[in-house]
Amino acid sequence: MRRFLSVYAGAAYLFLYLPLAVLSAFSFNSSKIATWRGFTFDWYRSVFHNRALLEGTVNSLIIAFAATVASTVIGTLAGYALWKKRSPWLTNALYMSLLAPEIVTGVALLALFQWAFRFGHLRLGLHTVILAHISFSLVYVVIVILARLRTFDPALEEAASDLGANRWQVFRHVTIPLLLPAILAAALLCFTVSFDDYVITSLVAGVDSETLPMMIYAMARKGVSPEVNALSAMITVGLGVLILVASRLERS
Amino acid sequence: MPSNMRLRSIFLAPAVFVMIALFVVPLLITLAYSFLTRGPYGGVFTPWTFENYQRALDPLYLVILWRSVWLAAVSTLFCLILAFPVALYIARAERNKALLLNLVMLPFWTSFLIRTYAWMFLLRDTGLVNVALEGLHVIHAPIPLLFNDGAVVLGLVYGFLPFMVLPLYATLEKLDPALLDAACDLGATPWVALWRVIVPLSKPGIAAGCVLVFIPCLGAYLTPDLMGGGKTVMLGNLVQSQFTTARDWPFGAAISLLLMLIVLVVARALEKQSEKLL
Repeated sequence: MRRFLSVYAGAAYLFLYLPLAVLSAFSFNSSKIATWRGFTFDWYRSVFHNRALLEGTVNSLIIAFAATVASTVIGTLAGYALWKKRSPWLTNALYMSLLAPEIVTGVALLALFQWAFRFGHLRLGLHTVILAHISFSLVYVVIVILARLRTFDPALEEAASDLGANRWQVFRHVTIPLLLPAILAAALLCFTVSFDDYVITSLVAGVDSETLPMMIYAMARKGVSPEVNALSAMITVGLGVLILVASRLERS
Repeated sequence: MPSNMRLRSIFLAPAVFVMIALFVVPLLITLAYSFLTRGPYGGVFTPWTFENYQRALDPLYLVILWRSVWLAAVSTLFCLILAFPVALYIARAERNKALLLNLVMLPFWTSFLIRTYAWMFLLRDTGLVNVALEGLHVIHAPIPLLFNDGAVVLGLVYGFLPFMVLPLYATLEKLDPALLDAACDLGATPWVALWRVIVPLSKPGIAAGCVLVFIPCLGAYLTPDLMGGGKTVMLGNLVQSQFTTARDWPFGAAISLLLMLIVLVVARALEKQSEKLL
């Protein structure tokens, strides 16, 4: 049975990684179709010369940075407060936001923005996407921070307050430094879920705020293009590295 | 300590504000919209009505509901079959357990869109699988691998497999390996022991994994849209089309709340696990 399990698990890992590996390999294929015609960097070159894709990347980066900073700060504070004392209301709301299908969150936010625009001359744009991303990524930060705090020794904080530090000083000079790896891990996680999001983003983005996933989606809809293969390979490797760093930080 | 409580309130305030303004209020607006009437050019108008919910019971839409539940259930079953031996393998591994588990999770955190696109690259008529089979003279014309329900299930299984492996691993890891030895000493073959001892004992993990996979599959939008080529309409696609092309927001709002309701009902089965997470 041991041998069966190894073979089976090996096949499952192949199933998980082969499609991405093949896609990446064919991003170096000089032919546009799925037969190997020789090695080339052309598709990578043309990705970097594609103005629209570069603009999409810039939009995605702006959104991901803004949403990550906001979510990480808000989520860290909330995670700390929830660790001190549970708040069933907030916990339930966060849990529901994790469970809600993306499409449901997306149309609800769209409805909110359209409703809010009645009171001011605003339009959908980067700002609405950023707000939407903060909303769905907050729960990930809280989960990572709480997981870290549960392994945290309260005696460290008690020692600091015994030595005369007030609550804020304890948090600022004891808890934050100890939490830093988890905070960074949460930020990286937040960045990847934000950078990657298509469903919610496409609903709340304006005409001038097209993101990279929205462009990849449009191209995937039209058919396979070697540029998308190259772009996909770069994003997969990039996000993969971020996640590996994050999981390292989480365990340290 | 009053200052303690004040600091806690200050720390909670921004998160409470975000969740109210950007999650609870949007859902309440959706709820209000679902009882309104659509205007001639989209938009929402009074009178208030139950019509949108009545319309959701039309056989035309019940078919979509049934398809969503069915495809999500089939995907969940395939995930279970695929994940159980993997979880068992990792739980029984002598070293590198964390690494093996991370390797399952890693693709999940990279782009969902790109992972779906990778399958489209493999499965389309001029994709690698068809080209290879034609090259080997196994087939003479491309076989339609993409844009059908099977492709949607494949995409869902691929997308949410890690959600099944994690809880299964958590349960299997805690089981005493001696149980298996004991069963074997008493004359059971390893397979019988697995089926009669390990599987029943890992029921909590199986239940948790099934719920965790079923929920995102049920609300899937991107996978049926891309892998089904728009032909496989699930609840998520129905909601999206009502809010975009059909411009019937009240009906879209009603469907999306029904979807949310089913998700919450299914998730109740998970209440115990959720307490560990948040």
